[in-house]
Amino acid sequence: MKQERIVLSMLVNNEAGVLTRVSGLFARRGFNIDTLSVGVTLDPKVSRITITALGDEYIKEQIRLQLEKLHDVIIIEEMDLESTVMRELLLIKVKVEQGNRREILDATSIFRAKVVDLTPTHLTMEVTGDSSKCNAFLEYMMPFGVEELCRTGITAISRGSKVLKK
Amino acid sequence: MKISGAKIVIETLIENGVDTVFGYPGGAVLNIYDELYKNCDRIKHYTTSHEQGAAHAADGYARVSGKTGVVIATSGPGATNLVTGIATAYLDSTPLVALTGNVATGLIGRDSFQEVDICGVTMPITKHNFMVKDINVLADTIREAFKIANSGRPGPVLIDIPKDIQTAQTHFTPNKKEDFCKVYKNGVKAFNDAMQLIKESKRPFIYAGGGVVISDASSELSTFADTIDAPIGTSMMGLSAVSCDNERFLGMTGMHGRFAASKALASCDLIIAVGTRFSDRATGNKTKFIHGKKVIHIDIDPAEIGKNIPAYVSLVGDVKKILSKLNANMQKIEREEWSKEVQSIKNSKDYHLEMDKSRLNPQSVIETVNKYADKDTIIATDVGQHQMWVAQYYNFKKARTFVTSGGLGTMGFGLGASIGASIGAQKKAVLFTSDGGFHMNLNEMATLVSYNLPVLIVVMNNNALGMVRQWQTLFFESRYSCTSLNRKTDYVMLAKAFGINGCKIDDMSKLNNAVKDALKYNRPYLLEVTIDPDEKVLPMIPPNGTINDIILKA
Repeated sequence: MKQERIVLSMLVNNEAGVLTRVSGLFARRGFNIDTLSVGVTLDPKVSRITITALGDEYIKEQIRLQLEKLHDVIIIEEMDLESTVMRELLLIKVKVEQGNRREILDATSIFRAKVVDLTPTHLTMEVTGDSSKCNAFLEYMMPFGVEELCRTGITAISRGSKVLKK
Repeated sequence: MKISGAKIVIETLIENGVDTVFGYPGGAVLNIYDELYKNCDRIKHYTTSHEQGAAHAADGYARVSGKTGVVIATSGPGATNLVTGIATAYLDSTPLVALTGNVATGLIGRDSFQEVDICGVTMPITKHNFMVKDINVLADTIREAFKIANSGRPGPVLIDIPKDIQTAQTHFTPNKKEDFCKVYKNGVKAFNDAMQLIKESKRPFIYAGGGVVISDASSELSTFADTIDAPIGTSMMGLSAVSCDNERFLGMTGMHGRFAASKALASCDLIIAVGTRFSDRATGNKTKFIHGKKVIHIDIDPAEIGKNIPAYVSLVGDVKKILSKLNANMQKIEREEWSKEVQSIKNSKDYHLEMDKSRLNPQSVIETVNKYADKDTIIATDVGQHQMWVAQYYNFKKARTFVTSGGLGTMGFGLGASIGASIGAQKKAVLFTSDGGFHMNLNEMATLVSYNLPVLIVVMNNNALGMVRQWQTLFFESRYSCTSLNRKTDYVMLAKAFGINGCKIDDMSKLNNAVKDALKYNRPYLLEVTIDPDEKVLPMIPPNGTINDIILKA
């Protein structure tokens, strides 16, 4: 069956071990997590987890149904990619050599990334956007010598008035 | 008034209707055991030889009684010894609450003596687990545990209680037992679609699983079968849900199912699956299994719908309620042609039913027990050939009389389970076991004697790990790697050492009287029966096979 990108948003109890329960379920059932991000919500007792994965209809359905069975999962929703704002944050450290600083800074500005740290030898940038933008920026920077990078994984929210709640 | 955490444990157990617990004391549960001592008139505690036995006993107790099994163990090794028992309960959907002690909260995470992260260990084999770090939430946590264990699809829940939480004091407000019933919504359309499919079907087949037993839906199921004029086959876990006297019952289907049941299933155009999850052992080749068939899947666990077999129509909820609703809304249907065909399948030579009667064989042993045992005698098994023979030959007449480890296939399950089952049902239990499985947890004979329980142990001794040996015969050119046990154990003397009488049968002529006498004992008894290691469980549909691959004769 056709593999599609799945973006799941869920509200879970903000308790120790909940992330293990959720990620453990993926491992146990043989589903791969591509990205995962988690943070507390307006209600301090509740966290929101965003998971992206690849899967066909069967995997999509099973992930949702199995996660719904977890006691700590309050609600889970598969996000409609058309009506969802998705963002990821990428931090990237690039080596600066004689003469290429300008070029790097230009690209940074075109990608609407931000320089967050600067030393005579290194530039650290922050870029926010959907995965393709982060990938494009990363690709552009590769030839300059990317020393280190970290990505937060996707976080997602519905457009319009729609709110994830039980 | 403030009371201790240990006392809260006892009070909330009683609040949840618990009067029987199984377990094994230890350093981290001393306070709970002290309260058990003080409350011995309210809760009866059974001490086993090993925590695994206690977990299986609590499981067996729950399976026959429909109540929640409760098991208590200390921290570290006590807790890890429960693991196989908890996993067994998880795979077979038994409501179980496991209480473990742990080191004091200040010592957690420091590799303290007998410390283990049992919540981490049991995460994949429980519906949920808790570590209680605040005395003020202890009572509600235990209440929640009972609710989780019993709501929807039942299963095990573990509560880990550090030692200082057991000794801490807090106010306790008694509560009434909660109603665990979970309501699922099925649209009118789903019901109508299901009824329409049943009406349109020319050859429906009802495939019943353990959910029918758990939901106590035996009578609804047979009414349903009568209403829609369909034959019934069961998974192994579904055995006992339909009385063997029911004419529509064709037996167990699947890898070692009855020929008639598997044949009728293969010939049907509509499978109505009730309380079952289409295990690989039950379906064989999944694509061919449903070829040319539609499936109506009725189950309480929404995640089972479409997990192993795609459903055409699904109804999610308690199977008893769903069947009642279908029964109330359906007109009686008659299917003369299909009934005739089923009848002829049923009358066709049921090959595996005949074993060589000239020598002592598993079939005769099981049939003899069947002849003399009461219809509500609990039948427990270990795992392997003997388990399949019991599933094939024993005539179950009442739901919850068959206690066996289906999903996990736990060798060593039987003795502990039969202890719990005998206590839970307040009746005699017969344990069919074999030299392999029995050797795993035979230490629980001590428990049988301590509490003088009416359990008859039938050891079918074939000097081999029969099921693995059978696979080696069929699929590994008879290379019997490590399966010819040839133990020198004298089972009768062994039983005697524990304080149990017994006898050995190695001759067909002694069988009848020996079984008859053994069943009369109102205390533990052991029968060792010598079986030929070459006896096979047949028929057999090889893994991933179909009815066309069925092996009928050795």
